[in-house]
Amino acid sequence: MIRFASLFIVLFLFWVVLSGFFTAFLLGAGVLSALAVAYFAARMQFVDHEGYPVQLSPGLLVYWPWLFLEIMKSAWAVSKIILSPALPVSPTMVKFIPGQRSVVGLVTHANSITLTPGTIAIEVQHDEFVVHGLTRESAHGCVDSEMNRRVRRFEGQA
Amino acid sequence: MFTAAAAGLLVALALVLVRAVRGPSVFDRVLAANTTGTLSVMLLSVIGFLTGRPEFLDLAIIYGLLNVVGTIAVLKFFRYGNLGEPGKGGAE
Amino acid sequence: MSALVDALSWACLVAGAVFCIIGSVGLIRMPDFYTRVHAASVTDTAGAGLLLLGMMLQAGFTLVTVKLIIIGLLILFTSPTATHALCKAALMRDLKPLLAEGEATSKR
Repeated sequence: MIRFASLFIVLFLFWVVLSGFFTAFLLGAGVLSALAVAYFAARMQFVDHEGYPVQLSPGLLVYWPWLFLEIMKSAWAVSKIILSPALPVSPTMVKFIPGQRSVVGLVTHANSITLTPGTIAIEVQHDEFVVHGLTRESAHGCVDSEMNRRVRRFEGQA
Repeated sequence: MFTAAAAGLLVALALVLVRAVRGPSVFDRVLAANTTGTLSVMLLSVIGFLTGRPEFLDLAIIYGLLNVVGTIAVLKFFRYGNLGEPGKGGAE
Repeated sequence: MSALVDALSWACLVAGAVFCIIGSVGLIRMPDFYTRVHAASVTDTAGAGLLLLGMMLQAGFTLVTVKLIIIGLLILFTSPTATHALCKAALMRDLKPLLAEGEATSKR
């Protein structure tokens, strides 16, 4: 029920931000729409710890800044590779076992890998990740990485 | 300064278009289309600032949503041969 | 103060545009499909992120900034999903990745 209420509030704030008008009619329509969407989502059994993982939001404040820094660092590395005349790529595929248990943790880990330039998660299973890396170092850097440990700590807060 | 950013985005769009025309595989073209979508979202927001009309940001949000749906739909078609039948889950 | 913010936002805008161009150049220069995906992700993350940051600094604390944040979150959540689906579909269609020498065996 708390989850339902917070979903309703988030949806209503989203409405207000996108509309930008504060007349009684538009605010009322926003309340009705947000209530309807929250009700439909609950009827589709969508509002649970997996579909709407609000319990993880404190961890995001720690995890996202670190991820942004990581993205910028590897974007710089990939840009240098692209601009160097010799094009020093050594594409590599690695398989490894991720350390996460929950589905949300696995998806966070896989999306973080894909979001970082230079590595893509191709296969995502409970017991196996397949990662394609632009260089040998970036691909092998994904195995048992700092990111793995951080996502495990992040999902442990659930 | 927004003019410079818009010009840079247009150059990037032209380069992506070269890849979309040259191919060689269909996935290269889908990748180029996806990147074109991201660049268009950015170009729409920059144009909104350039002309001082924030409504362009709403267009950018809609374009971003359509872009991802379009990419997933094309990929699903290439993987399964159809876009799925109602009442039958598309995933394996 | 406002001159500093202006300079910072201009730097972000120019850097974002440059990253977008670099990503597109990589899209043309890279040898095969899977390596091209890496180049495209530079445009999707660094280019788009820096451009949005520059525009946010110009807009200040207004509704426009909130909309820019929404666009940024949209790109951050959807672009890896689309990239992953693209690579998986390509692998299923037997588009073989080009691998460096001596790396075919490292696929444990």
